[in-house]
Amino acid sequence: MHVTTLAAATATGGNLGKIGTLLLGIAVFAAVFIGILLIASLFKGHLGEKIQAVAFVGPTVVLIAVGLIYPAILTIRRAFYSGKFFDLNFGTPRTRGKYVGFENFQALWTTPGLPAVFRNTLFWVILVPLLATGLGLLYAILIDRAKGEAVAKALIFLPMAISMVGATLIWKFVYYFVGDPTGSQVGLINAFLTTIGMKPIDFLGNAPGNTFAMIVIMVWIQAGFAMTVLSAAIKAIPDEIIEAANMDGVKGLQMFRFITLPSIRSSVIVVLTTIAIATLKAFDIVQASSGGKLGDSVLANEFYNRSFVTQQPGLGAAIAIVIFLLVSPIIVFNVIQMRKDA
Amino acid sequence: MSTATPAPVPETVANEAVEAAGGGKDLETGKRRGKSAAGNAARAISSPWASVFAIVMALAWTTPTIGLFVTSFRQQKDIQTTGWWNAWRTGFTMDNYKQVLAGAEGQPPLTDFFVNSFVIVIPAVLLPLLLASLAAYAFAWIDFPFRNALFVAVFALQIVPLQIALLPLVTMFQNMGLGGSYWSLWLSHSAFALPLAVFLLHNFMKEIPASLLEAARVDGAGHVRIFFQVLLPLIAPALASFGIFQFLWVWNDLLVALTMLGGSPERAPLTMILNTISGTLGNRWYLLSAAAFISIALPVAVFLSLQRYFVRGLLAGGTKG
Repeated sequence: MHVTTLAAATATGGNLGKIGTLLLGIAVFAAVFIGILLIASLFKGHLGEKIQAVAFVGPTVVLIAVGLIYPAILTIRRAFYSGKFFDLNFGTPRTRGKYVGFENFQALWTTPGLPAVFRNTLFWVILVPLLATGLGLLYAILIDRAKGEAVAKALIFLPMAISMVGATLIWKFVYYFVGDPTGSQVGLINAFLTTIGMKPIDFLGNAPGNTFAMIVIMVWIQAGFAMTVLSAAIKAIPDEIIEAANMDGVKGLQMFRFITLPSIRSSVIVVLTTIAIATLKAFDIVQASSGGKLGDSVLANEFYNRSFVTQQPGLGAAIAIVIFLLVSPIIVFNVIQMRKDA
Repeated sequence: MSTATPAPVPETVANEAVEAAGGGKDLETGKRRGKSAAGNAARAISSPWASVFAIVMALAWTTPTIGLFVTSFRQQKDIQTTGWWNAWRTGFTMDNYKQVLAGAEGQPPLTDFFVNSFVIVIPAVLLPLLLASLAAYAFAWIDFPFRNALFVAVFALQIVPLQIALLPLVTMFQNMGLGGSYWSLWLSHSAFALPLAVFLLHNFMKEIPASLLEAARVDGAGHVRIFFQVLLPLIAPALASFGIFQFLWVWNDLLVALTMLGGSPERAPLTMILNTISGTLGNRWYLLSAAAFISIALPVAVFLSLQRYFVRGLLAGGTKG
């Protein structure tokens, strides 16, 4: 999208109209809500119970069915067809999408650039959970019961409130690289490197280094989540266990290895898997950094590119299915883990 | 929210954590409980190094944000010639904020996009909250056929990543004549949020003692009255915690906005314009930094003031699709 079109499209004074739409939207949704309750309250007795249940659950089930399940089925079907448009009947008879079997899935391996995307995604999905969880756990332990714990936590926690686009901008400035050798490096890291006599590095500009520079951003965002959950788990370890271990002469690192870690094991796994899922689905960082054009794309970004930019909806659908297939076993494992401990 | 994903955590942990996560008064209880496993481990990794590491990490986590924040108050020529850590010598200005808000360098004024984000986020939080609280009530307290099967199905849908529903949804909204409208964003954000919302709120509703509801029934109250007079006040904290999740998620979302609004950037939220100008403005950091902080300010304020509820939701959660 071009800036000039943006400027042209934004009519000043349109903001009042937008607020009008907002109020209309709220009014419509409120009317639906009140309507449901009115209908539900009209009926009494045994039949009334059933009607009330339908009135309460119905809207949610309908919205999920139409907004989630039906489109998901369409995507799965679309992955087996060719064509430039999502709508298979679009275009001339010659350009219409045709059934191509597993060709779109084969294209995942044969399309130039895509193998690198899988490799990058692998780095992300392994490194981000491990680093974020490791650092989050270490920090949670170090500041446990320390003075100012709440403040110390908030510092690490805050990036969770920032959008990934905002976080990427923040880090782009940390990594900022001035190509002109006479220009002064005003990015924090390159300024440091030049001060100690090293050459500045274009962190986000060259593969494969840019992938790791962006992984740092995701770790920065996710460590707070790991820290919060693991800190809570540590505080939940019963005092008796600690005291018993103390009496047995268990100390220091041994305590961590044999008492703390086993006690919070399930929480650690939940944190690892949750971050892995978030990482697989995140496309914002790559999108805001380079758009994935510098050999640094990941699956979630490639889904967006193929579906909406390069008009290969069949390939986009295939990538969406791959993401789904990668994410679902992690979530199932996650839920099983949770139920085992609950 | 794209940044924060609630995780399912064993219930005992969740309960303890809600107490521990809050603020000053909880710290006291912590102290009273004396030694902890972590405290021991920390002493083992042992004092000076432990403190140094914790401080280094805290610095590493805050410095990037502070750097851009300071930059947003510096003049263009200063930003280009000296690092932000020299700002105390070169002075500060509000010009960058004035410029991006009013529209500079061919940019439309950022206020428009702030309004857009606002218009998008309010119904996208309210609608799933209303619908999910009704559904969660029915799943928890009304007996009807296939109740458990249906609940498990809704719960299981959390595994569907929104990528898999996005393409057809865009087409569906276009066919309905809602392509690129606020309605397409409100409805799709709501649909994506419902599985998690129903699951979270159901868990909270289930914890309310059945005797309370039975008493109300004996008094002749129907489900509608019970829902309003008994349940809603009691689950207000749960509504708040899901509300914050959804607020952060929608406010910080880029993917849904980019795809749904593809052709109509006049309704673009802040994240979308930020993504665009981060490419087009290149290294004009005096504008980029101010724009970034305008988009960050509101979610950070909401987050800091309602942190308690956020943590509670985080620890009671499921995973967001």
